[in-house]
Amino acid sequence: MAKQRGRGMASVNYPTGMNLGGDPSQALIHATTTGSFVVTLSSVDLGQGLKTIMAQICAETLGIPTDNVIVDTADTDTGPHCMGTFASRGTHRIGNAIIMAAKEARAVLLEVAAEELEVNAADLETDGKGNIQIKGSPGKSISVLETALAAHFKHGRTISGRGIFLQPRSYPEPETGRMTPATCYAHACTVAEVEVDTETGEVAVLSLKSAYEVGRALNPRMVEQQIVGGAWMGISHALYETTEPYYPDRAHGPVDFNEYLMPGPGDLPKFENVVIERPAPDGPYGAKGVGEMTANSPIPAIANAIYDAVGVRIDSLPITPEKVLRALKAQAA
Amino acid sequence: MLEYSSKYFAEERNQSLHEVGVERPRSDVQGHVTGRTQFYADRNFPGLLHLKMVRSPHHHARIKSIDVSKALKVPGVVRVLTAADIPSNIYTILCLIQVEPNDEPVLAFDKVRYKGEQIVAVLADSQRAAREGAARVKVVYEPLPAVFDVEEALKPGAPLVNEYHGRNWFTYEGHHCRRVRHGDVEKAFAAADHVIEEKYQSSPIEHAPTETTGCIVVPDSNDRFTCYSNTQALYFTLDNSALILKSPFHKLRLVGGTVGGGFGGKVDVIVEPIAFLAAMLARRPVKYEFSREEEMQVSSPRAAERIYIKDGVMNDGRIIARKVRLYVDAGAYSRHSPYGTTKAAAHMPGPYTIPNVWVDSHCVYTNRTPSSAMRGFGVTIGDFALEVQMDKLARLIGMDPMEFRILNAYRDGDLKAHGKETTGAALVECIQAAAQLADWPIGERYKAMSSQRKGA
Repeated sequence: MAKQRGRGMASVNYPTGMNLGGDPSQALIHATTTGSFVVTLSSVDLGQGLKTIMAQICAETLGIPTDNVIVDTADTDTGPHCMGTFASRGTHRIGNAIIMAAKEARAVLLEVAAEELEVNAADLETDGKGNIQIKGSPGKSISVLETALAAHFKHGRTISGRGIFLQPRSYPEPETGRMTPATCYAHACTVAEVEVDTETGEVAVLSLKSAYEVGRALNPRMVEQQIVGGAWMGISHALYETTEPYYPDRAHGPVDFNEYLMPGPGDLPKFENVVIERPAPDGPYGAKGVGEMTANSPIPAIANAIYDAVGVRIDSLPITPEKVLRALKAQAA
Repeated sequence: MLEYSSKYFAEERNQSLHEVGVERPRSDVQGHVTGRTQFYADRNFPGLLHLKMVRSPHHHARIKSIDVSKALKVPGVVRVLTAADIPSNIYTILCLIQVEPNDEPVLAFDKVRYKGEQIVAVLADSQRAAREGAARVKVVYEPLPAVFDVEEALKPGAPLVNEYHGRNWFTYEGHHCRRVRHGDVEKAFAAADHVIEEKYQSSPIEHAPTETTGCIVVPDSNDRFTCYSNTQALYFTLDNSALILKSPFHKLRLVGGTVGGGFGGKVDVIVEPIAFLAAMLARRPVKYEFSREEEMQVSSPRAAERIYIKDGVMNDGRIIARKVRLYVDAGAYSRHSPYGTTKAAAHMPGPYTIPNVWVDSHCVYTNRTPSSAMRGFGVTIGDFALEVQMDKLARLIGMDPMEFRILNAYRDGDLKAHGKETTGAALVECIQAAAQLADWPIGERYKAMSSQRKGA
């Protein structure tokens, strides 16, 4: 009876978005009188930070500070259509819709600024701090605020834009399965180190060391949150969770968090993560969907590490202490 | 700890970005940690009614009779809803993208097909009265044989789960499964140095959100109805609700956007249609929220999957054939499973270039809680099976598992089994970076390989 260590690895890819039914999302953008920009959506922020990312994408395209962007979302009376927040599609689909809308709004913004400065709009650029200036001569400039005021009260123009991103529907070919199931793909590789207690069958995950290729990390802190949160879910799927512990038998289903087990803070391993960026040509500033994928590579990496530690294969999830002990017993027999 | 590795793909990165690529805190974080975020359930409306559901105690049974008279006598119970009250009772969520047939009743009437299926909704002034009313509804059942195993369900003579399909599987354009056919696997198996077949299995998994699924529907003064919901997809919910209620679309409004954990569990449209109808009939605000037990045992989990993988591999490390039989346990109804099953087929054979691939991906109906979308839908369990299989193959031929994967990893320009050309590949680089991070030794030849076919 001993605690035995092992390590295993797994590598995966993950598709961004669904397109087996057509996959559109829309965005509307308008400037207020004082040069704030409102992004109107019907998309849902699940807590992963969608609103923050959308504000950053809008600001990048308009050439203004993110603080000046307001995201108004999740009301079907005001927001244009969105398929929903799932399938790692939010950043990619809605982000692209916002870029399209922001480009249209930016063009009007620069036209109005050009009239105010009595120059050609093509000669203007944004300084990213809330001003519009003549390329190469920051001295001659007008603020976004002044431009918005002038648009409203002098020129009678709306600084606004409409955006949509549609991934057209792919109909799988029935005989061969030829199809376009997704747009771009993100990638990951995880090395898991585990310790298996051969007396109790319990598995402790000691460390997860992973590399993630995400296209472009639009907000690195939120990428890290997804990575760590997702890896936690991966550990949980690998070792703890199920609503039917003796599947396909329906008995013994847990009904609360006393019975439905998940790792607590003390069960967390050491995380080390590296991010690689290979921008997706069709992604907003190169971004791919990273949300779902982060749970996937830890699961088989842990299963493979268990084999490395004690020489038994558990090919059914979750890998509970009961399964490990039964396998060790069978191995000894 | 997050670090960037800038040595890969540097030439493809635009460095002149200002607002993206910058760390900013999530907009909702302060509200969440100070407890000030308003969730749908934090809204209070005068005259709010609570909805509790009478659920099937049987996995599969005929409903002989439903008697609600005793429930209506419970003080505080305002009314009940049965299938007869639902304008268009039989639906399927993905009818919005032309998935057929409609196969699920909003409220069961002739049969129940899983334990926990909803039959009668009880509306009352308090949660307690609603629960008590639900307990007094008398349903007489005739239990039927049930089937719980995906392969048993496909056998001739298995109990028929869902009459709307007429068989225990979803039909894909005339086929009993979603197929992928690429090359000739049988010929390749005959030529392979090793052929192994392994079986993998998962059990259903709960999304386990902090906030259970729920909504409040409020009648507005202008004959419209506003639903405050924690759905992940407002228009999916609005459109499906309108179809079920046979209501003009403009009469319904969805307000959401604050979700206490989604993970795919709030993509189904379950609580909103019945709450809309209840509010329309009672002319009062109605709240329908899942208890923790309902969230865990009645709301859709991640499907259990059974996956058989048969591989042909050469002594030099090349995988030349992969044959996959995959069974998604959809439970009693389709929900999002026909789509997830196709996604699972498209994901095979994983991020590797294998010249001969054969996939049969089955969406199977059984007498259990319908499964549906969850983080990694159609992919997570497949990745478990694929990557354990890859470990077994590497050990079988005596190769390092990282080098084995780098050798077989897809490269730009490679044809995938579903017929698309690979672009933007980066698996090789992820493996190299993980090897370096974990001090996992790999050979120089493998360190020099690239997804871009330079030095391959």
